[in-house]
Amino acid sequence: MSANELIRSSAAVMAAKLAAGEVTSVELVQAHLDRIAAVDGGDRGVHAFLHVNTEEALAVAADVDARRAAGEELHELAGVPIAVKDLIVTKGQPTTAGSKFLEGWMSPYDATVIKKLRAARMPILGKTNLDEFAMGSSTEHSAYGPTRNPWDLDRIPGGSGGGSAAAVAAFEAPLALGTDTGGSIRQPGAVTGTVGVKPTYGAVSRYGAIAMASSLDQIGPVSRTVLDSALLQEVIGGHDPFDSTSLSDPSTGLAAAARLGNVEGMKIGIIKELHGEGYQSGVETRFNESLELLRGAGAEIIEISCPNFGYALGAYYLIMPSEASSNLAKFDGVRFGMRTLPTEGSITIERVMSATRAAGFGDEVKRRIILGTYALSAGYYDAYYGSAQKVRTLIQRDFAAAFAQVDVLISPTTPTTAFKLGEKIDDPLSMYLNDVATIPANLAGVPGLTLPGGLADEDGLPVGIQLLAPAREDARLYRVGAVLESLLEAQWGGPLLDRAPALAQNSAKEAN
Amino acid sequence: MAAINREDVAHLAQLAHIEMSDDELDRMANELAVIVDAVKSVSEAAGDDVPATSHPIPLTNVMREDVVGHVLTAEEALSGAPDAQDGRFKVPAILEES
Repeated sequence: MSANELIRSSAAVMAAKLAAGEVTSVELVQAHLDRIAAVDGGDRGVHAFLHVNTEEALAVAADVDARRAAGEELHELAGVPIAVKDLIVTKGQPTTAGSKFLEGWMSPYDATVIKKLRAARMPILGKTNLDEFAMGSSTEHSAYGPTRNPWDLDRIPGGSGGGSAAAVAAFEAPLALGTDTGGSIRQPGAVTGTVGVKPTYGAVSRYGAIAMASSLDQIGPVSRTVLDSALLQEVIGGHDPFDSTSLSDPSTGLAAAARLGNVEGMKIGIIKELHGEGYQSGVETRFNESLELLRGAGAEIIEISCPNFGYALGAYYLIMPSEASSNLAKFDGVRFGMRTLPTEGSITIERVMSATRAAGFGDEVKRRIILGTYALSAGYYDAYYGSAQKVRTLIQRDFAAAFAQVDVLISPTTPTTAFKLGEKIDDPLSMYLNDVATIPANLAGVPGLTLPGGLADEDGLPVGIQLLAPAREDARLYRVGAVLESLLEAQWGGPLLDRAPALAQNSAKEAN
Repeated sequence: MAAINREDVAHLAQLAHIEMSDDELDRMANELAVIVDAVKSVSEAAGDDVPATSHPIPLTNVMREDVVGHVLTAEEALSGAPDAQDGRFKVPAILEES
């Protein structure tokens, strides 16, 4: 198998080849580092990575190869490389959160999910780009420049986790970690033709993920196949005493669910409020096609109404900025990151703090901090934050009523395919509308998965299909997702990413 | 609900410790007015009988053993600070000199 074929395999196939001795981890990691060098840099590069962890990744790979040669029993994914969203703290590599504030900052500790990757001996290829502090739907709010969508380099890769999704779509990594507060794993997955999962709130430890909105944030897997995400969630999930919101449930049975291969007799609910008006016609067509395939496989499709989902976006844009304004108060120019002195007048801590935050934060971060400060301020608290928390209860009740009738829910992941870079950057509200279908899951804490549903006829760009399950029933997503994936791939004659255009190779770098 | 104006934004920016130029305040006031208008329907969604949800999956009394666990050394804790001295964070003056 050539290096080019190797990097296009799934993580599960890579793991099998490592176990069978057909390839070494060093070869596998080097093939991905070469791919990163070839397609990620330059003016028209994908720019999925903010930092490439060459030396450590190769050292971990060499160690895996030595242990395997010595007959040591290793984790199934040992030696399979992974990329990490730069919101998750890592020892030995900078963590920037996509912000100038943390440029060059080195975390003194590893996030729990990073400890788990290290325990499984998965080489970390590097840190991926994101909207600053995960605030955005396009990566255009990264202080380090946007990531480009591998399907069309003039389009957005989604956000905030556009770097992780693009890295996986461009075969720069088979797996990546993302974080999802309102859709930051699923929306990039949808627009790049990849798979991404937001697990049940608390199923994966948040310790070491730089917090935006603590009651909504969730770390999850990014991959090219449903099975690969299941394998990765099993690695990173499970109880963590360092996160007081962590669930005690073990992280098992997910890959088995993905391998089950049937949906016969399952009830699948179409959410009336999450398709139709406002959704691109090509998105609707592909969505309806997926419903037909599931029906053909023996699932019963039922229309469900979730009447309060219409309030979800509004509630989200009150709760999220409120929590973000509190969480980001720690960026004070004292404990970590940058410090900027006022250009005139006295140098007091308050003035230094204001000057530092003015210089360190980008526009979207400032917007959300101000909005959150407003929603929490005296006189507005009940009308805004209090009301939004009640909407959260209504959304949970909608989900409870829906899951009393069906096993999983289905919708398009996003209303449209990838838009052009620059198209929505000056219109925050239209940017926020990208997350209309993904936000309800975060408000209710339920798990959600996106998988590629084909290409929209009008623009040839990927469409995402979203599945939602009750809290703690993540396995259902993997079961239904894997079946739909195999039905779709049978129709296409292979993975959707086979149809993505070849990326220009940066020959100067490749020669190294 | 009242609309958000430039004066509000200036006050909020001060509370949030973010220095803002006049241009920034104008721009931010316009953008936030649109956003606040878009989210205001939330206040009409639920009646008084609906309880608030602060946390998606409620857990109560999450405790751990009262023993020293994972802690950073002073050196680690100070490693990313913009300024430090004698094992402590160093800050500019707290009070204005009179």
